[in-house]
Amino acid sequence: MSRSAPKGLPWPPKDSPPARGFRGDGEGGTGKRIPRPGGVRRGDRARPPEAALLRTSGLVKVYRADGVSVEAVRGVDIEVAIGEFVAIMGPSGSGKSTLLHVLGGLEPATSGEIWLRGQRVDGLSTAGWAILRRRHVGFVFQFFNLLSNMTVADNVELPALLAGATARQARKRREELLAELGLADKAGAAPARLSGGEQQRVALARALANEPSLLLADEPTGNLDSSNTRDVLRLLRRAHDRGQAILMVTHDARVASLADRVINLFDGMVADDAAIVPGPRGVNGVRDVLELRG
Amino acid sequence: MRQPLLALLAKEPAHGYELKLALEQIFGQAYPSPNIGQVYVTLKRLEQDGLVCSQDVAQTTRPNKRVYELTPAGREALRAWVDEPIDGPRIRDEFFIKLVLAPMAGLADRMALMNSQRRHYLSLMRRLTELQADADSADTAARLLIEGAILHLQADLDWLERCQEELV
Repeated sequence: MSRSAPKGLPWPPKDSPPARGFRGDGEGGTGKRIPRPGGVRRGDRARPPEAALLRTSGLVKVYRADGVSVEAVRGVDIEVAIGEFVAIMGPSGSGKSTLLHVLGGLEPATSGEIWLRGQRVDGLSTAGWAILRRRHVGFVFQFFNLLSNMTVADNVELPALLAGATARQARKRREELLAELGLADKAGAAPARLSGGEQQRVALARALANEPSLLLADEPTGNLDSSNTRDVLRLLRRAHDRGQAILMVTHDARVASLADRVINLFDGMVADDAAIVPGPRGVNGVRDVLELRG
Repeated sequence: MRQPLLALLAKEPAHGYELKLALEQIFGQAYPSPNIGQVYVTLKRLEQDGLVCSQDVAQTTRPNKRVYELTPAGREALRAWVDEPIDGPRIRDEFFIKLVLAPMAGLADRMALMNSQRRHYLSLMRRLTELQADADSADTAARLLIEGAILHLQADLDWLERCQEELV
């Protein structure tokens, strides 16, 4: 597995949203299967099914501090298909955010496997993860995490530049995204001058800058009022319609109910994993809502 | 529908059909469409109870109409209704009874019960969010009622999570 800098990578990534099959990352796009990252034993039995964008097997995350270890994620097997929208729910402390961070390579897994786009990624170095994220994984957090000393425009252009776009390409993409999110007039502003809802939209623009095939979102509406929540949801749905997969941790059942599937995490394990069946029979109009709670 | 009729009559005297139209207009599609017969029956009962009084008003081209008016006793009853807070929801949740009893009887395990209940709530939630998206933005009553139902459902889901934490 190459750990080289992303120089000379095609931008935007040509295979995003990904075609069926896979291509190694950072290998010049030969279209050939790239061997699993260094340090991973050979002869892994399970090859991921091609439709799975993301798959984990026996994923474990243990935090150790001062001789105490906490098992935050205890053997999670999940799968996200290409273009699928999956919500992760569960009580506080059930390991939701930890799982998301491990899946995005923000923290290393203790054991188990993570496969992304047909490639085993759990053994990647920090730099390897950074490259992977730049091109294939977008991240949105509850508290936006924008770079406060850069303008809105620079925040959104940065990921494209890092992924090898020219300044012109990055600028064009940024203009499109900000216009789509209704923020064209805020391009020159500092993030701190924006409302929470606006900052989250900028964070979304940044996450979507490289058209990642997977968007990881950790409570993206957790800090927003209901009208901003609606805006952010509309944008997420649009990304979903474009074929981007979304894996989102949320407490908000309204948000979760829009997903194709909801995974319930409990005590670091998957307690339930089921598609949402749209609307039970019998709720057809507002009058039925009165009956519903009567 | 006693109180809604009293409230409308507190504004101005009206006949039955006007009251039906007013309810429809104010609550939009949210109010269970009032049946005109039901309006007349309710008005008659209110009159028997002394809360409204009525008189026939002659019309030139149509039959007489009966116009209703609030009495002082009616105004007092209305005042009492307005002043009294409405009870909050009570948890007499059939699901909870299942959750406690079914495992004891060896019929189901709690996690499975909670999972199936959560799935049901989430599909209801999906339906409500769709209704909300479809609701006419001018129909304030409908939008608020849907939002209320959504918030209740969110509370049910949060409560389910609490049950999960305590009971599993």
